[in-house]
Amino acid sequence: MTPSATQKVKVTNRLGLHARPAMLLAETAQQFGSDVTVQRTDQDAGVDAKSIMQIMMLAATAGTELIIAASGDDADAAVQELAALVKAGFDEV
Amino acid sequence: MKLTDIVVHKAISPSLDVTTRDETIAALIDLLVEAGEVSADDRAPFIKAVIKRENRGSTGFGNGVAVPHLKQASVTKVIAAIANVTEGVDFNALDGNPVYSIFLLISPEDQPELHLEAMEAVFGSLSQDTFRRFLRQASTVKEVVTLLKDADSQQLSA
Repeated sequence: MTPSATQKVKVTNRLGLHARPAMLLAETAQQFGSDVTVQRTDQDAGVDAKSIMQIMMLAATAGTELIIAASGDDADAAVQELAALVKAGFDEV
Repeated sequence: MKLTDIVVHKAISPSLDVTTRDETIAALIDLLVEAGEVSADDRAPFIKAVIKRENRGSTGFGNGVAVPHLKQASVTKVIAAIANVTEGVDFNALDGNPVYSIFLLISPEDQPELHLEAMEAVFGSLSQDTFRRFLRQASTVKEVVTLLKDADSQQLSA
């Protein structure tokens, strides 16, 4: 069975997922072989965490809850690293 | 948020004659000045600020599009200008390819949620192959406006 992992995080930086954080998130996700998605808890489907354009479409403001999910051999590491980025407010809080 | 609400119709240029990124940014700001949405006094500082932002990280997100942007205290609503550069222009894009369609966005500084909503609207369209293709092919302001209206009403089909 393919390893998978999920984690719920809250957007903490004041400006939300604007271009710079979206880029950081996508670039980080691209370092993993696993399929990674980001989903707003108030939406039905997630988007590809490796696509900046799709992340921007989430329009995630400060306080928005996200579910980061990954499926693949490095799923655990991918989710942990991406969740850490969001929790740290992309170092811009 | 709808594209037709944020894009200033007088600030649409289907064939901008520019060769560099900085010229493109200046021309887009000029469109907004000429349309009366940005004051002449703000012209130079706005151009400088957008270029500074672009130097920190390209908004050429790939697939031939770029979304240079700026948050400013002196604007009260989100405004956008659109231009096509037929020959393409180097925006130091993430995929290394030239950029053909540019959305320039100016948002009020103290309202990050408005900025994100505008970005959602812009990327919701730019992420679609059909939208990007039609935008790049549009040769008149009217064609661009029609495309924006179609995108707002989700009438684009693959």
